[in-house]
Amino acid sequence: MPVPREGAPSGERPQRREGGSGGGGRKQYFRRRKVCKFCTEKIDMIDYKDVRLVGEFVAERGKILPRRLTGTCSTHQRALSEAIKRARNIALLPFAAGA
Amino acid sequence: MRNYEMIFIVRPDVADDDVQKLITQMEGVVASAGGKVEKVEKMGRRRLAYRVEKQREGFYVLFYVQGTGDTVKEFERRLKVTDAVIKHMTVCTDEILQRAAKFKTMRTKQEAKRRRSKPAPAPAPIAPPAPAENAQA
Repeated sequence: MPVPREGAPSGERPQRREGGSGGGGRKQYFRRRKVCKFCTEKIDMIDYKDVRLVGEFVAERGKILPRRLTGTCSTHQRALSEAIKRARNIALLPFAAGA
Repeated sequence: MRNYEMIFIVRPDVADDDVQKLITQMEGVVASAGGKVEKVEKMGRRRLAYRVEKQREGFYVLFYVQGTGDTVKEFERRLKVTDAVIKHMTVCTDEILQRAAKFKTMRTKQEAKRRRSKPAPAPAPIAPPAPAENAQA
């Protein structure tokens, strides 16, 4: 296994190597593999009324965070986006937050 | 008959007694329109994520109702007429509950399978059990 040349994050325990997905594979570093929160925590129903849970998957400006950032599986991402949109409709989450 | 979740927001300047009055009134509306109120939940005063009718706060009330389309129609019509209500939404929960139930049965099945396969975890290098699991997953 090739040793990473620079700054491997010391705190995290590497589980899987990912050659820097965005930057042309030059910068190689270890990244913890993300897993779907709803799968690991065994949440069957994503409730739009649970603002604390659903709000985690919304960016600062109110946008839905993409799967590649959160690691949510596709099934749950679909249910999640529905829940977020419902929460927006009833003013639990903003359509567009900030300025 | 279907299951519905009806949520509405009452103006923050309405007194608690009046909110209670409105709730009992809406319960009557459901009953007269051929529905059944399963549960009423007062989610309480909350900050709205955006301004609605110049209000920044609102009192959330949640109805769990079993009924038909006509029940929903009448309920929503009444909410629209009521000035104290600034926003409302109805969600049909049948599909959501169904999906949740499906996930649950799937998970229990999977756990049962895992428990069955656990007694023999020793022959790890021998591949056969793993691909079979993957194929079914």
